[in-house]
Amino acid sequence: MSRVTVAGSTIIAGIGQTEFSKHSGRSELQLAAEAARSAIADAGMTPADIDGMVTFTQDSNDELLLMRSLGIPELRYWSRTPNGGAGAHTTIQHAALAVHGGAAKAVLVYRAFNERSGRRFGQPNARVTPPGWNWYLPFGLDTPAKTYSLGFQRYMFRYGLTNEDFGRYTVVARRHAATNPNAWFHQRPITLEDHQCSRWIVEPILRLLDCCQESDGGVAMIVTTADRANDLPNRAVKVAAVADAHINDGNIMFNYYHGDLAEFPEARALGRQLYEQTGLGPSDIDAAMLYENFSPVVFLQLEALGFCGPGEAAAFIAEGNIDLTGTLPVNTHGGLLGEAYIHGLNNILEGVRQIRGTAANQLSSPETIMVAGGHSGLILQPAG
Amino acid sequence: MARVIPPTVDADDEYFWDGVKEHRLLLQTCGSCGTLRHPPVPMCGRCHATDRGVQEAQGTGHVHSWIISRHPSEPDDQARVVVLVELTEGLRLVGNLVDTPFDQVRNEMPVEVCFREIDGVLLPQFRPRSVEGPVPMGSPT
Repeated sequence: MSRVTVAGSTIIAGIGQTEFSKHSGRSELQLAAEAARSAIADAGMTPADIDGMVTFTQDSNDELLLMRSLGIPELRYWSRTPNGGAGAHTTIQHAALAVHGGAAKAVLVYRAFNERSGRRFGQPNARVTPPGWNWYLPFGLDTPAKTYSLGFQRYMFRYGLTNEDFGRYTVVARRHAATNPNAWFHQRPITLEDHQCSRWIVEPILRLLDCCQESDGGVAMIVTTADRANDLPNRAVKVAAVADAHINDGNIMFNYYHGDLAEFPEARALGRQLYEQTGLGPSDIDAAMLYENFSPVVFLQLEALGFCGPGEAAAFIAEGNIDLTGTLPVNTHGGLLGEAYIHGLNNILEGVRQIRGTAANQLSSPETIMVAGGHSGLILQPAG
Repeated sequence: MARVIPPTVDADDEYFWDGVKEHRLLLQTCGSCGTLRHPPVPMCGRCHATDRGVQEAQGTGHVHSWIISRHPSEPDDQARVVVLVELTEGLRLVGNLVDTPFDQVRNEMPVEVCFREIDGVLLPQFRPRSVEGPVPMGSPT
């Protein structure tokens, strides 16, 4: 079945970021402006070249204030994507469709926040139930760690896993972060014993070291049409596929109402869409950046995206497949556990760096990188 | 005692909380085709009817998944077991498991609904159900 696709016609022309920290000491708008300034320069462009903007609905930074900060003279297109980190890659879909369809020539994609020194995502901060949460908050599901864990527990039960299995992922992520100067946990690898000694966050599912960081920082990218790929100072990266998958009776945070909670049907649909757009399959993917607000999400995605069979992710990881030298290196920057939690958008930057050949933990000439976050994702390849 | 954030009732779920006040676990049905659904929505995804009714649940089911919920920043707060219950009717519902030591919580354990006031809020809860009771249809063997 053919689908509307932007495959091959759009590129990520530039990337930029601030430092990743626990206390940036400046406003979220300044983080957005600094990351955007870097991305525009990296693309060899000026603010006058930017005529579109896409960010998250959850981002606090007003487009017009960012426009003033950067000195962008005229904006023709903007949109925002829902669903938090599950929609991180949807920003690229919006930007790519905008430039592909002619609504804009070059779109700035950004996400910036003080998510550690400001409002912390990991803390229970609700005092009243927002719409749809009467079924969860009064019963104690007041943090992302808890709402996700109620699903993860079924996955563990189904396949006889323990928290130690999840720890083997964290060890890999922290090993990758340890050699990434951008990572908050640069030069701080952990052992499985360290993981097993960290305190329970949700017993018996998640320990502290299964949880992503809370981070301050900003990242930005410039999306434009592929015909400009040869005019750029840095290597352009093609958006070979980009998709966003949702399934009836699902949810963004969890899928309590699906038939089998040990599966991730949205990620399976995402993989199907990405493979359909490109004609590729799991064996064609050289490396994957997989959103992990919590370590088990990597396991569920590895299985749903077809990199291993149902229930096989624990062995797949234990056998070294996701290491830098493995069959499918995963989160070569350290992921959201090791590098930083910039709502998943920093994972796309790592995909771009790997294709460009500029990553801290550079793989040997990867040609095809998947970046996925359960519901949304993309495939990156060299342009031209 | 656990601290409870009370529900904010609206037009689409007031039937449920009205039922809780009477110690009844009510499920939404489509007023036209009879489809049961939870969580509720204002239109039937099968026939598009906005008429709705309610059906009292048998109140039995089994634990599909569970966690021990401790307050992450207030350690003196009492922990609760949060369960995702698969009701005999085939729908799933989040609740808490009571009258059960933490080390005796199991997937698939049979449970039945009860109603408890916690932190001033009346909530549907679940307690272990005797295995001599009726075996629910659809329960895994």
